[in-house]
Amino acid sequence: MRSVVRPVFPFSAIVGQDDMKLALICAALDPSIGGVLVLGDRGTGKSTAIRALAALLPPMRAIVDCRYACDPADEDSWCTECRERPANTAPKDRAIPVPVVDLPLGVTEDRVVGALDLERALSQGVKAFEPGLLARANRGFLYIDEVNLLEDHLVDLLIDVAASGENLVEREGLSVRHPARFVLIGSGNPEEGELRPQLLDRFGLSVDIKTPTVLADRIEVIKRRDEFERDKAAFIAKWKKADDQLRRRLVAGRKRLSGMVIPDEVLESTAKLCMQLGTDGLRAELTLMRAARALACFEQADSVAESHLRRVATAALRHRLRRDPLDESGSGARIDRAIEEALGS
Amino acid sequence: MSAAGDAALAASLLAVDPAGLGGVCLRSLVQPARSDWLLMLRSLLPAALPLRRIPFNIADGRLLGGLDLAATLRANRPIADRGALAASDGGVVVVTMAERLTAHTAACLNAVLDSGEIIVQREGVERHDSARIGVVALDESMEADEHVPASLLDRLAFLVDLNGFDARTPLVQLHDAEDILAARQLLPRVEIAADIVAALCATGMTLGAGSPRVSQLAVNAARAAAALDGRVSVTVDDATTAGTLVFAARATQLPAPREAAPDAPPPDDSAAPPEPPAPPEPPASPEPPAAEPPAAEPPADESRREELEVEITQEQLDEIVLAATRAAIPRGLLASLRSDAQTRGSTGAGRTGTLRSGGLRGRPAGVRSGTPRGASRLNVIETLRAAAPWQRLRGRIVPGDARVRIDASDLRITRYQQRSQTLTIFAVDASGSAALNRLAEAKGAVELLLADCYVRRDQVAVLSFRGRSADVLLPPTRSLVRAKRSLAGLPGGGGTPLAAGIQSAFGLAIQAQRRGETPTVVLLTDGRANVTRSGVGGRDAAHADAMRAARQLRLSRLSVLFIDTSPRPNPLAETLAAEMAARYIALPFASAQALSSIVTAAAPRTNR
Repeated sequence: MRSVVRPVFPFSAIVGQDDMKLALICAALDPSIGGVLVLGDRGTGKSTAIRALAALLPPMRAIVDCRYACDPADEDSWCTECRERPANTAPKDRAIPVPVVDLPLGVTEDRVVGALDLERALSQGVKAFEPGLLARANRGFLYIDEVNLLEDHLVDLLIDVAASGENLVEREGLSVRHPARFVLIGSGNPEEGELRPQLLDRFGLSVDIKTPTVLADRIEVIKRRDEFERDKAAFIAKWKKADDQLRRRLVAGRKRLSGMVIPDEVLESTAKLCMQLGTDGLRAELTLMRAARALACFEQADSVAESHLRRVATAALRHRLRRDPLDESGSGARIDRAIEEALGS
Repeated sequence: MSAAGDAALAASLLAVDPAGLGGVCLRSLVQPARSDWLLMLRSLLPAALPLRRIPFNIADGRLLGGLDLAATLRANRPIADRGALAASDGGVVVVTMAERLTAHTAACLNAVLDSGEIIVQREGVERHDSARIGVVALDESMEADEHVPASLLDRLAFLVDLNGFDARTPLVQLHDAEDILAARQLLPRVEIAADIVAALCATGMTLGAGSPRVSQLAVNAARAAAALDGRVSVTVDDATTAGTLVFAARATQLPAPREAAPDAPPPDDSAAPPEPPAPPEPPASPEPPAAEPPAAEPPADESRREELEVEITQEQLDEIVLAATRAAIPRGLLASLRSDAQTRGSTGAGRTGTLRSGGLRGRPAGVRSGTPRGASRLNVIETLRAAAPWQRLRGRIVPGDARVRIDASDLRITRYQQRSQTLTIFAVDASGSAALNRLAEAKGAVELLLADCYVRRDQVAVLSFRGRSADVLLPPTRSLVRAKRSLAGLPGGGGTPLAAGIQSAFGLAIQAQRRGETPTVVLLTDGRANVTRSGVGGRDAAHADAMRAARQLRLSRLSVLFIDTSPRPNPLAETLAAEMAARYIALPFASAQALSSIVTAAAPRTNR
């Protein structure tokens, strides 16, 4: 029932918003960072950037006929069905695009977690599980636009699944568990409501974006948008080279990930910075370290340097500070100060 | 051009390119002009395209689509139902009473306006449908705190105000259906020069009119205007038309005055001469001053056109578009914008979650098996799901019967989360005596409490009283940032109308109770009332009034925290606190730390 894939605005053609682009690239390069939350003013191209990211991702290998697109190379993460396959036959696999699944507004719980297949139940009287969006997002991205408007009971679901990487369905006499490891991407306008702290914590990085205030940028935004609307194919073709190059860097960066060295002094700076800011738990340090590593890989550095740390610190820590929700200019400035104190300017 | 002309032109342009322009916010009470405008739009829009009315409180299932229950039962297999948005593809959706839209419904409309398609993941149905629509938001707001969600306004090209209309000046249709058809044919070929795009962006930015998205809408409007005129390239005239229609009503700032731009009459002059010879005003009709349409455009236009023959620089071009737009800004608009900048700046927020009512309160929070009775509602779809696997088995009893057989054990009811939302109302004494004493510290205390509210996800409201009356600075909202902002700008000085302050807090609290919320009042004052409820000075009378208001609080069993801001504990304040059965705290002279500990100790008790 899915319609043809709509042409999307090329990632490279997005004007400015470097923080957001960097965070998205880091999260795509290393899924263990845990996704990105993009908060910002209306009309700043949040959704555009996230959809563009989807088009940028290189395809992945998945087991044929697996409903959860299990990774043939990683047996530990397989779903029950893949595990139950006869051990002596190697599973067939094929290349598929990385799933980027939308959690649209007004979504109902049964479509999120999966439910009884109504069609088969009504016509054949068979009790079968129809996987939901969480299943489809496995190994890919789950995108929630207007994340602060999401219904509370869905937020509860997501918080749980995002932490465990597994979706447990117990409804209508069905009892199913399946892997649901995904990178959570959210966007929203902070003026329309606050986010639950637990959900905030599930996002690895968080970026604040603002309306461009430089006229030239604004004109460029409109010009490119207009050009795109007029002739999508031509516009995409025009930016294909830049997008391809970015994709190659992303792939190359991923390959470097396992071999990337993190010097002890950088680890020490990470810890110092987090202590300075009094962040709760170790998640902050882990995320900060992973994000710095991803950035180093993307930029093809030999090892992670303090400069990488500095550039991702705000995004990795902003939403983890013990909250002073009233501090408007807030967290960004606090982190800058802490960086200065912990690492020197 | 007159306001009537603008309104008519907006209808024509919308008919040319509904999806590209996003739509129109039509601010108008129910009146003939509004129906005329809608009829006009209908007659202009190609007949094959839908124009569909939807109510502001439309259910998700009808708006977005879902499972068509009747058809599903008949066919014995799931049949999807296209929602109103998908069914309006290519046409226009008219939202009635758009000022009452919830943030959620507005967000659904926004998503469709942004992407031109609708994604449905509901009730076992999954669909992607094209939904390239325009939205006409009928805005009937009368009070200051009602408004169409700002996120939606940001996506609608034109804001048209019909409230200022003289009922007897008819709306004159500027084009007919054939013009529109011709323009639609032409539209894909219309080119727009880069310098005109730049001029439109510059104008939008100079006037502080919305996000980059609004500039994009202006570009689309200019293009539609060119197409309507039968041209394939956008001229400066099209751009001025577009700028006027799109930016004028959104301006939040006036550009810094440049020295005498001879081709642009300053707005004040242009607004002075009255509109085209209007029929004598009926004495009965109230005159709305704010909507006075600016006039005296034609002469400016003439001179501009002559000038156009000559070479124009980018800067001049910017100036032309800007001048035209500026001339069209309704008088008084900027003043009113400035005065209520706080509420205006973040319209659309604050209404979230306050509108639930009726027997079934709260948000749906899952489903469980059970029999619907009293306060629970049958969830038909989940019930069907539960019954579905057994149909074959049960069907054997009467072969050939297509009806779905449902047992009592299949029944499922929707649980509603009865979240008792807490509302904390801060009533801050900003009078001269308080300002002298501790206004800054009181603000600090409120901020500490706000941090607490954040943890509990409370709603907050802020009101202040000084001089003769109390003002609600911030209606109930969850945005603490706004609460803080509203406090930061709070000036001090004047008398202490304590009774009015208490009353105002009481009013808010009662409203919250009616919505099923739990209100808590936090009153920060030194207790020295000196202005009565009627606004007259006099210490004794004022105190008596305040005591009366305090009794009201006690009688309605509201929980109140009284923070005494006077320099030393004050018997007057203590009596007042006792009268309202409040928890009394004297704001100590102390470090922020000590203050914080007192506030945190007090807060949980008052919020029970």
